[in-house]
Amino acid sequence: MARSKPRVKVPKTASKDEVITIKTLISHKMESGQRKDGDGNVIPRQIINKFTCEFNGKPVFSCDLEPAISANPYFQFSAKVPESGTFKFTWVDDDGSVYSTESDITVE
Amino acid sequence: MTITRRQALAFGAGAAVVAVTGLPRVGLADTDKVQAAIDAFSGGATPEQAMVSLTAPEIAENGNTVPISVTVDSPMSDDDHVTDLTLLAAGNPSPGVATFHFTPMSGYAEATTRMRLAQTQDVIALARTSTGKVYIDRKTVKVTIGGCGG
Repeated sequence: MARSKPRVKVPKTASKDEVITIKTLISHKMESGQRKDGDGNVIPRQIINKFTCEFNGKPVFSCDLEPAISANPYFQFSAKVPESGTFKFTWVDDDGSVYSTESDITVE
Repeated sequence: MTITRRQALAFGAGAAVVAVTGLPRVGLADTDKVQAAIDAFSGGATPEQAMVSLTAPEIAENGNTVPISVTVDSPMSDDDHVTDLTLLAAGNPSPGVATFHFTPMSGYAEATTRMRLAQTQDVIALARTSTGKVYIDRKTVKVTIGGCGG
């Protein structure tokens, strides 16, 4: 499959202690392990099983995913911004791959 | 999917027809699993029907991507915040959908994602707070598969 490419949408600036909305999307087929191929063999499960969001090393939001999450998992959630810093997003694949991206935010 | 295929072979009928006739059986078989999942999350406490609000479309045309939003009315302070929130799909082959973990840094206890629904069924949201309370909300989503009813 094509390499999973994460995309995140985080505001560039915020006021102190403002609660912002973050949107994330990663391209991934999220193979459920329920489907069969043409010969009746089960296609092995391969999904993103964990997503985490950290701000300056502190946990903000995380999620354990099951096969019932749609392909190209999308999340929208909120985060409080106490200071300028970096949001780090991490996705963990069943096959052990880890995809991550970062986004900076400035408190004005 | 497994049951659908097996029935398709047994009846020698088209998958579309069996998908409809097979629905009630799948639903019945899952009740215990769903209850077990609720019990496992609540840890014995009886979930209160309050605070959590689940937003889902009444009718989902495509069961592959159904947008789901949950919001919990919580101050999200250090002393009183939502720690975990789990989504269950009562009529899917396996009820678990996702479990969100919040912290006071989350600001609000809210999240939106997209999920798969195998058939018309109830979606359940369960939230657990740092004070030990468990809240529940559920919503029925009607799933139309390929526009031929369901």
